[in-house]
Amino acid sequence: MIATKIPNGPIQEKWTQYKATSKLINPANRRKYKVIVVGTGLAGSSCAASLSELGFQVDVFTFHESPRRAHSVAAQGGINAAKDYKNDGDSIWRMFYDTVKGGDFRSREANVYRMAECSLALIDQAVAQGVPFAREYSGYLSNRSFGGVQVSRTFYARGQTGQQLLQGAYQALIRQSAVGNVSLHTRYEMMDLVVVENKAKGIVARNLDTGEISIQEADAVVLATGGYGKIYYLSTLAMNCNASAIWRAHKRGAHFAAPSWTQFHPTSLPQMGDYQSKLTLMSESLRNDGRIWVPKKEHDPRAPKDIPEEERDYYLERKYPSYGNLAPRDISSRAAKEQIDSNHGVGPMKNAVYLDFKDAIARDGKAAIEKRYGNLFDMYKKITGMNAYEQPMLISPAAHFSMGGLWVDYELMSNVQGLFVLGEANFADHGANRLGANSLLQACVDGYFISTHTIMNYLAGETPNVKIDQAIVSNLKKETENRLAKLLAIKGNKTAEEFHKELGILLYTKCGLIREKPILLEAKSQILALQKSFYKDLLVPEGQQINFELEKAARVEDYLELALLIVEDALQREESCGAHFRKEYQTTEGEAKRNDEEYQYVSVWESIEKNVFKLHKEQLEFEYIKVSERSYK
Amino acid sequence: MNLTLKIWRQKNISDKGGFKDYKVTDISKDMSFLEMLDVLNEQLSDKGEDPVHFDHDCREGICGMCSLHINGKPHGPLQTTTCQLHMRSFNDGETITIEPWRATAFPVVKDLVVDRSSFDRIIQAGGYVSVNTGGVPDANEIPIPKRIADEAFDAATCIGCGACVAACKNASAMLFTSAKISQLAMLPQGQVERKERAEKMIAQMDSEGFGACTNTGACSAECPKGISLSNIARMNREYFAASVSSENV
Repeated sequence: MIATKIPNGPIQEKWTQYKATSKLINPANRRKYKVIVVGTGLAGSSCAASLSELGFQVDVFTFHESPRRAHSVAAQGGINAAKDYKNDGDSIWRMFYDTVKGGDFRSREANVYRMAECSLALIDQAVAQGVPFAREYSGYLSNRSFGGVQVSRTFYARGQTGQQLLQGAYQALIRQSAVGNVSLHTRYEMMDLVVVENKAKGIVARNLDTGEISIQEADAVVLATGGYGKIYYLSTLAMNCNASAIWRAHKRGAHFAAPSWTQFHPTSLPQMGDYQSKLTLMSESLRNDGRIWVPKKEHDPRAPKDIPEEERDYYLERKYPSYGNLAPRDISSRAAKEQIDSNHGVGPMKNAVYLDFKDAIARDGKAAIEKRYGNLFDMYKKITGMNAYEQPMLISPAAHFSMGGLWVDYELMSNVQGLFVLGEANFADHGANRLGANSLLQACVDGYFISTHTIMNYLAGETPNVKIDQAIVSNLKKETENRLAKLLAIKGNKTAEEFHKELGILLYTKCGLIREKPILLEAKSQILALQKSFYKDLLVPEGQQINFELEKAARVEDYLELALLIVEDALQREESCGAHFRKEYQTTEGEAKRNDEEYQYVSVWESIEKNVFKLHKEQLEFEYIKVSERSYK
Repeated sequence: MNLTLKIWRQKNISDKGGFKDYKVTDISKDMSFLEMLDVLNEQLSDKGEDPVHFDHDCREGICGMCSLHINGKPHGPLQTTTCQLHMRSFNDGETITIEPWRATAFPVVKDLVVDRSSFDRIIQAGGYVSVNTGGVPDANEIPIPKRIADEAFDAATCIGCGACVAACKNASAMLFTSAKISQLAMLPQGQVERKERAEKMIAQMDSEGFGACTNTGACSAECPKGISLSNIARMNREYFAASVSSENV
């Protein structure tokens, strides 16, 4: 039932083979085809620009006021590429291996290999666009190392790599809107997917300023709408990040893969009060010099400086002596959560752990630490008002990246024909845990290099510009209009934001870093209750025209349904892997215990009706990499 | 903290708009400025009033979405974005005046939300390297001296928020435009289109209705990313060089 369309042949040749045999369209005929791209982050902008350069018509939609606001902009650390500029033994193969292992053997080998393969050309492309990556005094590009690997393959632009790469893609896109075939629709939100005979043929779009709802037709649809970690409310994501585009596509038949795999970033600032809207990320690089600890005593009220050395528990160093404070993200985050849950948490809300630079300052001097992390310490002070040179930082895990997303085959096409899903919105490359600096890479290669070929291959078999039956069009329009009218008509007493906050807390405590069957069952019934209350008590201020509250309400409505699928997914996977840790399935030392015999598959969910889902499985075959235990002891 | 907020309310682009006073109480000094507005909006919603519309997204100072003229200064008293401004920068009992960006080229859409698409059109006029996907040289075949790469980077950190325009008494977009022209003029990748880029982007900037530059430097002083005034000098040089040696006659 699940056809991945992975080409035959050795893994090193699959992508070359695919490109050599995929169908092409004559340059003069390409302009007859129209592709809709939803989302203007790295994946969407790069795909739209590249398609337009090839000669296709491209209609781009974003709910932002400008393509440059997309959340790719916020990625800090870097982007991986197996250039081996450092002569440190890096190769496509090694990058492929690191990524599959980092994903805890729950990703598709052929896709991961291709991502590593395409990484080389991506760096060339970005530099040609004028992306100012960090350089050595020689004038050549600089690299640094990142978590989970032993080589230096990360290219970076200070702490603003995402912003710089997005500028490159945005400029390519906006250039095509001037000289090419891109027409850009800002402040438009995709409300639904148009599917005719199991083929994606357009979207239902809402103009967020006028409220007007229209049907936009095309020969193929690309969703590059990002991740849904914001479902946890408090997260490192932007306020407007949402799952609505992929969720609406899911409800129209697109399968959703591994929804419960969300990465929690270990070094975010903790929540400081109930009013808080967002958790700010502090760069992971701080863990190179900071030591993470909590008081040994439960509910210890003392200030950190009053707690003597022997009463501190440097739990990462204790549990993972070889990796220590640099243990991978999933493991570090979970360990922190365990300390907080067992009453060792610190800070005003007892929801954090210490990241202490005292020893590093004593060893290297304050000046050295200031040189390395000065900007981060300043940022910490600006946000918290605290001085991290004098007292340890407070850090806490926060929802960050969704490894899950719409299911796609090797061509990045969903089971709905002609619906392509790129970047964080799909599930394909990261397995159950993403390595740092691989998310920018995936978004870029999906957009610039992969989708361009696979979309052309699909379109070559399609008759362009087939008009959709008017009856279908007006029905679809009406459905969206009714949906919004219904939300406006509830006139309860609770804002969408309040529902979102409630859902976030529920998911974070019951289906977050640590999961357990009875608790998950509880979460399920509570989400259903919250859904019920949403339709009874929701308050949206009047107005079909520009109305941020109405936009939010529709997104929260979708989040409430997705939340249920997340819990369902976490329930069915009776093993621990990567970001998914089930309390019942751990080793005697408290580590994640995979069950490869029964769960070496990707869960692929079909939407049957509202709140009812059916599980399919994509079995994962590991032909090239030996599946082993992921140990960082 | 208890505060009085004097906020600009405007129903839509054609409405005249005006200030309205609101009171907020029990505001924590650790709240961000936008979180304080969230609190106000919850209050307004509960009372059945229309919440105040304001732009925001990443809330970590990089997307360029948040704006707000706070007590007469873009992004408030600190040289940062509004999302990174916290209530500890204000005093209990204070009255805070909150306005949208004021510029002809940034029409008010609703309340504190303005339309900044003029910035997109300036970039669209030439703020790029005309390179298609594929067929480019290896990244290390274009060595760039570190000093130049760093300076180009400094210009490239512009987040396009529009504070420079809002700070300027002439509502000039020189700092924004010059940042992109500078970045690409300094890099070898930008040389081929260097002259044409300067001419076209400046022409677009003028046609959008932004004012002229009188070198007061308010733009750079208020820029949350500290984009340097020297970019404007460089842009003027680029423009002059282009106009005396242009291939477009």
